[in-house]
Amino acid sequence: MHELSIITNLFELLEEKAVEQKANKIVHVKLQVGLLSGAVPDLLKTSFDIYKKDTMAAEAVLEIEEVPLKYQCQDCKTEMVKDDYIILCEKCGSTNLKAVAGTDMFLLKMDIEI
Amino acid sequence: MIKKEIQVKADLLGSNKAVAATIREKLSQRGILTLNLISSPGAGKTSLLESLASRIRPEHEMAVIEGDIETERDAERIRAQGIPAWQIKTGGACHLEAKMIGKLFPEIPSELDFLFIENVGNLVCPASFDLGEHIRCVLLSSPEGDDKPKKYPKVFTTSDCLLITKADLVPLLPFDIERAKKEALEINPALQTFVISSLTGSGLDEFVEFLKISLQNLRQKYA
Repeated sequence: MHELSIITNLFELLEEKAVEQKANKIVHVKLQVGLLSGAVPDLLKTSFDIYKKDTMAAEAVLEIEEVPLKYQCQDCKTEMVKDDYIILCEKCGSTNLKAVAGTDMFLLKMDIEI
Repeated sequence: MIKKEIQVKADLLGSNKAVAATIREKLSQRGILTLNLISSPGAGKTSLLESLASRIRPEHEMAVIEGDIETERDAERIRAQGIPAWQIKTGGACHLEAKMIGKLFPEIPSELDFLFIENVGNLVCPASFDLGEHIRCVLLSSPEGDDKPKKYPKVFTTSDCLLITKADLVPLLPFDIERAKKEALEINPALQTFVISSLTGSGLDEFVEFLKISLQNLRQKYA
Protein backbone atom coordinates (compact mmCIF):
# COMPACT_ATOMS: atom_id res chain seq x y z
CA MET A 1 0.00 0.00 0.00
CA HIS A 2 2.06 2.88 -1.33
CA GLU A 3 -0.94 5.17 -1.75
CA LEU A 4 -0.18 6.96 1.54
CA SER A 5 3.25 7.81 0.21
CA ILE A 6 1.66 9.26 -2.95
CA ILE A 7 -0.78 11.27 -0.82
CA THR A 8 2.17 12.64 1.18
CA ASN A 9 3.56 13.98 -2.12
CA LEU A 10 0.13 15.37 -2.98
CA PHE A 11 0.03 17.33 0.27
CA GLU A 12 3.48 18.79 -0.40
CA LEU A 13 2.12 20.09 -3.72
CA LEU A 14 -1.13 21.32 -2.17
CA GLU A 15 0.64 23.20 0.61
CA GLU A 16 3.08 24.79 -1.82
CA LYS A 17 0.22 26.04 -4.03
CA ALA A 18 -1.88 27.13 -1.04
CA VAL A 19 0.96 29.26 0.33
CA GLU A 20 1.54 30.75 -3.15
CA GLN A 21 -2.15 31.71 -3.36
CA LYS A 22 -2.36 32.83 0.30
CA ALA A 23 -5.24 30.38 0.84
CA ASN A 24 -6.92 29.84 4.19
CA LYS A 25 -8.55 26.61 3.26
CA ILE A 26 -8.52 23.94 0.58
CA VAL A 27 -12.07 22.77 -0.12
CA HIS A 28 -11.80 20.52 -3.15
CA VAL A 29 -9.00 18.57 -4.81
CA LYS A 30 -9.21 16.85 -8.18
CA LEU A 31 -6.80 14.14 -9.33
CA GLN A 32 -6.41 12.23 -12.57
CA VAL A 33 -5.35 8.62 -11.97
CA GLY A 34 -4.37 6.35 -14.84
CA LEU A 35 -5.41 2.69 -15.04
CA LEU A 36 -1.73 1.76 -15.20
CA SER A 37 -0.53 4.36 -12.68
CA GLY A 38 0.00 1.64 -10.10
CA ALA A 39 -2.33 3.28 -7.56
CA VAL A 40 -5.85 2.32 -6.52
CA PRO A 41 -8.32 5.25 -6.49
CA ASP A 42 -10.25 3.97 -3.43
CA LEU A 43 -7.02 3.60 -1.44
CA LEU A 44 -5.95 7.10 -2.47
CA LYS A 45 -9.25 8.40 -1.08
CA THR A 46 -8.80 6.50 2.18
CA SER A 47 -5.23 7.78 2.49
CA PHE A 48 -6.35 11.34 1.72
CA ASP A 49 -8.97 11.20 4.47
CA ILE A 50 -6.40 9.92 6.97
CA TYR A 51 -3.80 12.51 6.01
CA LYS A 52 -6.02 15.60 5.74
CA LYS A 53 -6.83 15.86 9.46
CA ASP A 54 -5.25 18.95 11.04
CA THR A 55 -4.25 20.34 7.64
CA MET A 56 -5.61 23.18 5.57
CA ALA A 57 -7.54 20.54 3.62
CA ALA A 58 -9.27 19.04 6.70
CA GLU A 59 -12.71 19.48 5.15
CA ALA A 60 -11.68 18.99 1.55
CA VAL A 61 -13.30 16.48 -0.75
CA LEU A 62 -11.07 14.44 -3.05
CA GLU A 63 -12.40 13.82 -6.54
CA ILE A 64 -10.68 11.29 -8.77
CA GLU A 65 -11.07 11.10 -12.52
CA GLU A 66 -9.96 7.69 -13.71
CA VAL A 67 -8.02 7.78 -16.96
CA PRO A 68 -8.15 4.77 -19.30
CA LEU A 69 -4.92 3.32 -20.67
CA LYS A 70 -4.38 4.63 -24.16
CA TYR A 71 -1.71 3.59 -26.65
CA GLN A 72 -0.68 5.01 -29.98
CA CYS A 73 0.69 2.70 -32.66
CA GLN A 74 4.06 4.09 -33.73
CA ASP A 75 3.68 2.49 -37.18
CA CYS A 76 0.12 3.35 -38.31
CA LYS A 77 -0.52 6.12 -35.71
CA THR A 78 -3.88 4.63 -34.62
CA GLU A 79 -4.82 5.44 -31.03
CA MET A 80 -6.55 2.77 -28.96
CA VAL A 81 -7.83 2.29 -25.43
CA LYS A 82 -6.69 -0.95 -23.78
CA ASP A 83 -7.87 -2.60 -20.62
CA ASP A 84 -6.09 -5.91 -21.17
CA TYR A 85 -2.61 -4.27 -21.32
CA ILE A 86 -1.77 -6.30 -24.44
CA ILE A 87 0.64 -4.50 -26.75
CA LEU A 88 -0.79 -5.26 -30.17
CA CYS A 89 -2.18 -2.73 -32.64
CA GLU A 90 -5.83 -3.48 -33.42
CA LYS A 91 -5.42 -2.11 -36.91
CA CYS A 92 -2.04 -3.14 -38.30
CA GLY A 93 -0.87 -5.81 -35.82
CA SER A 94 2.28 -3.92 -34.84
CA THR A 95 3.71 -4.31 -31.32
CA ASN A 96 5.37 -0.93 -31.55
CA LEU A 97 2.91 0.87 -29.29
CA LYS A 98 3.56 3.81 -27.02
CA ALA A 99 1.41 4.66 -23.99
CA VAL A 100 0.02 8.18 -24.40
CA ALA A 101 -2.33 8.27 -21.38
CA GLY A 102 -3.21 6.27 -18.30
CA THR A 103 0.24 5.57 -16.84
CA ASP A 104 0.52 8.52 -14.47
CA MET A 105 -1.22 10.44 -11.69
CA PHE A 106 -1.77 14.17 -11.70
CA LEU A 107 -3.07 16.83 -9.36
CA LEU A 108 -5.39 18.54 -11.82
CA LYS A 109 -6.92 21.37 -9.81
CA MET A 110 -7.79 22.58 -6.35
CA ASP A 111 -10.50 24.87 -5.01
CA ILE A 112 -9.42 27.22 -2.26
CA GLU A 113 -10.85 29.89 0.01
CA ILE A 114 -8.83 33.02 0.53
CA MET B 1 -13.92 35.24 1.70
CA ILE B 2 -13.05 34.57 -1.92
CA LYS B 3 -13.39 31.19 -3.57
CA LYS B 4 -10.91 30.38 -6.27
CA GLU B 5 -10.23 27.44 -8.58
CA ILE B 6 -6.53 26.79 -9.19
CA GLN B 7 -5.50 24.74 -12.23
CA VAL B 8 -2.34 22.83 -11.42
CA LYS B 9 -1.66 19.69 -13.54
CA ALA B 10 1.31 18.45 -11.53
CA ASP B 11 2.62 14.87 -11.59
CA LEU B 12 2.05 13.30 -8.16
CA LEU B 13 5.29 11.39 -8.51
CA GLY B 14 7.08 14.39 -10.02
CA SER B 15 9.42 14.93 -7.06
CA ASN B 16 10.46 11.24 -7.05
CA LYS B 17 10.98 11.33 -10.82
CA ALA B 18 13.15 14.45 -10.57
CA VAL B 19 15.39 12.94 -7.87
CA ALA B 20 15.61 9.68 -9.87
CA ALA B 21 16.63 11.56 -13.03
CA THR B 22 19.45 13.32 -11.13
CA ILE B 23 20.69 10.02 -9.69
CA ARG B 24 20.60 8.33 -13.12
CA GLU B 25 22.55 11.19 -14.68
CA LYS B 26 25.27 11.03 -11.98
CA LEU B 27 25.52 7.24 -12.27
CA SER B 28 25.71 7.47 -16.05
CA GLN B 29 28.52 10.01 -15.89
CA ARG B 30 30.44 7.77 -13.51
CA GLY B 31 29.79 4.80 -15.80
CA ILE B 32 28.04 2.74 -13.13
CA LEU B 33 25.34 0.51 -14.62
CA THR B 34 22.51 0.41 -12.09
CA LEU B 35 19.79 -2.20 -11.78
CA ASN B 36 16.61 -2.17 -9.73
CA LEU B 37 15.56 -5.71 -8.80
CA ILE B 38 11.86 -6.11 -8.07
CA SER B 39 9.98 -9.27 -7.08
CA SER B 40 7.73 -10.88 -4.50
CA PRO B 41 9.43 -11.77 -1.20
CA GLY B 42 11.43 -14.96 -1.60
CA ALA B 43 11.70 -14.96 -5.40
CA GLY B 44 15.49 -15.13 -5.13
CA LYS B 45 16.83 -11.57 -5.41
CA THR B 46 19.50 -11.97 -2.74
CA SER B 47 20.46 -15.47 -3.92
CA LEU B 48 20.87 -14.10 -7.44
CA LEU B 49 23.21 -11.37 -6.16
CA GLU B 50 25.23 -13.92 -4.17
CA SER B 51 25.66 -16.12 -7.21
CA LEU B 52 26.49 -13.18 -9.48
CA ALA B 53 29.38 -12.13 -7.23
CA SER B 54 31.84 -14.81 -8.38
CA ARG B 55 30.81 -14.37 -12.03
CA ILE B 56 31.21 -10.59 -12.09
CA ARG B 57 34.47 -10.36 -10.17
CA PRO B 58 37.45 -10.10 -10.40
CA GLU B 59 36.95 -8.56 -13.83
CA HIS B 60 34.36 -6.05 -12.61
CA GLU B 61 33.42 -4.33 -9.35
CA MET B 62 29.90 -4.49 -7.95
CA ALA B 63 28.03 -3.13 -4.94
CA VAL B 64 24.55 -3.64 -3.57
CA ILE B 65 21.91 -1.50 -1.91
CA GLU B 66 19.48 -3.65 0.03
CA GLY B 67 15.94 -2.52 0.78
CA ASP B 68 14.00 -4.29 3.49
CA ILE B 69 11.37 -3.40 6.03
CA GLU B 70 13.60 -4.64 8.85
CA THR B 71 16.96 -6.35 9.60
CA GLU B 72 20.48 -6.18 8.14
CA ARG B 73 20.26 -9.83 7.02
CA ASP B 74 20.42 -9.34 3.29
CA ALA B 75 23.29 -6.83 3.45
CA GLU B 76 25.19 -9.27 5.69
CA ARG B 77 24.72 -12.07 3.13
CA ILE B 78 26.14 -9.84 0.40
CA ARG B 79 29.05 -8.60 2.56
CA ALA B 80 29.92 -12.24 3.28
CA GLN B 81 30.76 -12.46 -0.45
CA GLY B 82 33.24 -9.59 0.00
CA ILE B 83 30.95 -7.13 -1.75
CA PRO B 84 30.14 -3.67 -0.38
CA ALA B 85 26.50 -3.49 0.67
CA TRP B 86 24.29 -0.90 2.31
CA GLN B 87 21.06 -1.78 4.03
CA ILE B 88 18.09 0.58 3.84
CA LYS B 89 15.53 -0.29 6.50
CA THR B 90 12.25 1.25 5.42
CA GLY B 91 10.61 0.68 8.81
CA GLY B 92 7.36 -0.54 7.33
CA ALA B 93 7.31 1.15 3.95
CA CYS B 94 6.58 -1.28 1.14
CA HIS B 95 8.96 0.16 -1.48
CA LEU B 96 12.14 2.20 -1.95
CA GLU B 97 11.98 5.80 -3.20
CA ALA B 98 14.61 7.77 -5.09
CA LYS B 99 15.39 10.06 -2.15
CA MET B 100 16.47 7.02 -0.07
CA ILE B 101 19.04 6.16 -2.76
CA GLY B 102 20.02 9.84 -2.97
CA LYS B 103 20.92 9.88 0.74
CA LEU B 104 23.31 6.95 0.25
CA PHE B 105 24.87 8.44 -2.85
CA PRO B 106 27.92 10.07 -1.18
CA GLU B 107 28.98 6.63 0.14
CA ILE B 108 28.94 4.90 -3.24
CA PRO B 109 32.50 4.45 -4.56
CA SER B 110 33.04 5.92 -8.02
CA GLU B 111 35.21 3.04 -9.34
CA LEU B 112 32.22 0.68 -9.49
CA ASP B 113 30.96 -1.07 -12.62
CA PHE B 114 27.62 -2.41 -11.39
CA LEU B 115 25.28 -1.18 -8.69
CA PHE B 116 22.37 -3.45 -7.80
CA ILE B 117 19.44 -2.10 -5.84
CA GLU B 118 17.42 -4.88 -4.27
CA ASN B 119 13.96 -3.44 -3.68
CA VAL B 120 11.63 -4.41 -0.84
CA GLY B 121 9.99 -7.77 -1.69
CA ASN B 122 6.70 -6.68 -3.24
CA LEU B 123 5.38 -7.06 -6.78
CA VAL B 124 3.07 -4.04 -6.60
CA CYS B 125 4.29 -0.89 -4.84
CA PRO B 126 7.95 -0.63 -6.02
CA ALA B 127 6.71 -0.53 -9.64
CA SER B 128 5.55 3.09 -9.32
CA PHE B 129 8.88 4.47 -8.07
CA ASP B 130 11.80 5.17 -10.37
CA LEU B 131 15.04 4.90 -8.36
CA GLY B 132 17.34 6.26 -11.03
CA GLU B 133 18.20 2.80 -12.37
CA HIS B 134 19.27 2.09 -15.94
CA ILE B 135 17.68 -1.36 -16.02
CA ARG B 136 14.64 -2.53 -14.13
CA CYS B 137 14.54 -6.30 -13.61
CA VAL B 138 11.48 -8.16 -12.46
CA LEU B 139 12.07 -11.62 -11.02
CA LEU B 140 9.38 -14.29 -11.19
CA SER B 141 10.16 -17.53 -9.38
CA SER B 142 8.70 -20.78 -10.65
CA PRO B 143 6.80 -21.62 -7.41
CA GLU B 144 4.83 -18.37 -7.77
CA GLY B 145 3.09 -19.60 -10.93
CA ASP B 146 3.26 -18.72 -14.61
CA ASP B 147 0.13 -16.54 -14.54
CA LYS B 148 1.63 -13.55 -12.73
CA PRO B 149 2.51 -11.07 -15.51
CA LYS B 150 -1.07 -10.07 -16.33
CA LYS B 151 -2.05 -10.06 -12.65
CA TYR B 152 0.68 -7.52 -11.88
CA PRO B 153 0.83 -5.51 -15.12
CA LYS B 154 2.53 -2.37 -13.78
CA VAL B 155 5.78 -4.06 -12.81
CA PHE B 156 5.93 -6.20 -15.95
CA THR B 157 5.20 -3.31 -18.32
CA THR B 158 7.74 -0.98 -16.69
CA SER B 159 10.59 -3.52 -16.55
CA ASP B 160 13.40 -3.93 -19.07
CA CYS B 161 14.17 -7.49 -18.20
CA LEU B 162 12.43 -10.55 -16.79
CA LEU B 163 14.30 -13.19 -14.86
CA ILE B 164 12.42 -16.45 -14.38
CA THR B 165 14.15 -17.80 -11.27
CA LYS B 166 14.35 -21.18 -9.54
CA ALA B 167 14.44 -22.92 -12.93
CA ASP B 168 15.78 -26.02 -11.12
CA LEU B 169 12.33 -26.48 -9.55
CA VAL B 170 10.41 -26.29 -12.83
CA PRO B 171 10.39 -30.09 -13.43
CA LEU B 172 8.59 -30.50 -10.09
CA LEU B 173 5.96 -27.82 -10.67
CA PRO B 174 3.08 -27.08 -13.01
CA PHE B 175 5.01 -24.02 -14.21
CA ASP B 176 5.15 -23.49 -17.96
CA ILE B 177 8.18 -21.33 -18.83
CA GLU B 178 6.86 -20.56 -22.32
CA ARG B 179 3.48 -19.49 -20.94
CA ALA B 180 5.11 -17.16 -18.41
CA LYS B 181 7.30 -15.61 -21.14
CA LYS B 182 4.35 -15.30 -23.53
CA GLU B 183 2.18 -13.57 -20.89
CA ALA B 184 4.96 -11.13 -20.08
CA LEU B 185 5.88 -10.41 -23.71
CA GLU B 186 2.27 -9.77 -24.66
CA ILE B 187 2.13 -6.82 -22.28
CA ASN B 188 5.75 -5.78 -22.82
CA PRO B 189 7.29 -6.99 -26.12
CA ALA B 190 10.58 -5.23 -25.35
CA LEU B 191 11.34 -7.38 -22.28
CA GLN B 192 14.65 -9.26 -22.33
CA THR B 193 13.94 -12.65 -20.78
CA PHE B 194 16.28 -15.01 -18.93
CA VAL B 195 15.61 -18.35 -17.26
CA ILE B 196 18.00 -18.88 -14.38
CA SER B 197 18.76 -20.94 -11.32
CA SER B 198 20.98 -19.36 -8.69
CA LEU B 199 21.31 -22.78 -7.09
CA THR B 200 22.69 -24.65 -10.12
CA GLY B 201 24.01 -21.58 -11.95
CA SER B 202 22.06 -22.31 -15.12
CA GLY B 203 21.34 -19.27 -17.26
CA LEU B 204 23.58 -16.97 -15.20
CA ASP B 205 26.38 -16.67 -17.76
CA GLU B 206 23.88 -15.41 -20.31
CA PHE B 207 22.58 -12.82 -17.85
CA VAL B 208 26.11 -11.68 -16.94
CA GLU B 209 26.88 -11.30 -20.64
CA PHE B 210 23.79 -9.08 -20.97
CA LEU B 211 25.01 -6.99 -18.01
CA LYS B 212 28.47 -6.56 -19.55
CA ILE B 213 27.06 -5.51 -22.92
CA SER B 214 24.70 -3.06 -21.21
CA LEU B 215 27.65 -1.62 -19.28
CA GLN B 216 29.65 -1.17 -22.50
CA ASN B 217 26.68 0.52 -24.18
CA LEU B 218 26.23 2.91 -21.24
CA ARG B 219 29.90 3.86 -21.24
CA GLN B 220 30.00 4.37 -24.99
CA LYS B 221 26.98 6.64 -24.75
CA TYR B 222 28.56 8.73 -21.97
CA ALA B 223 32.19 8.61 -23.14
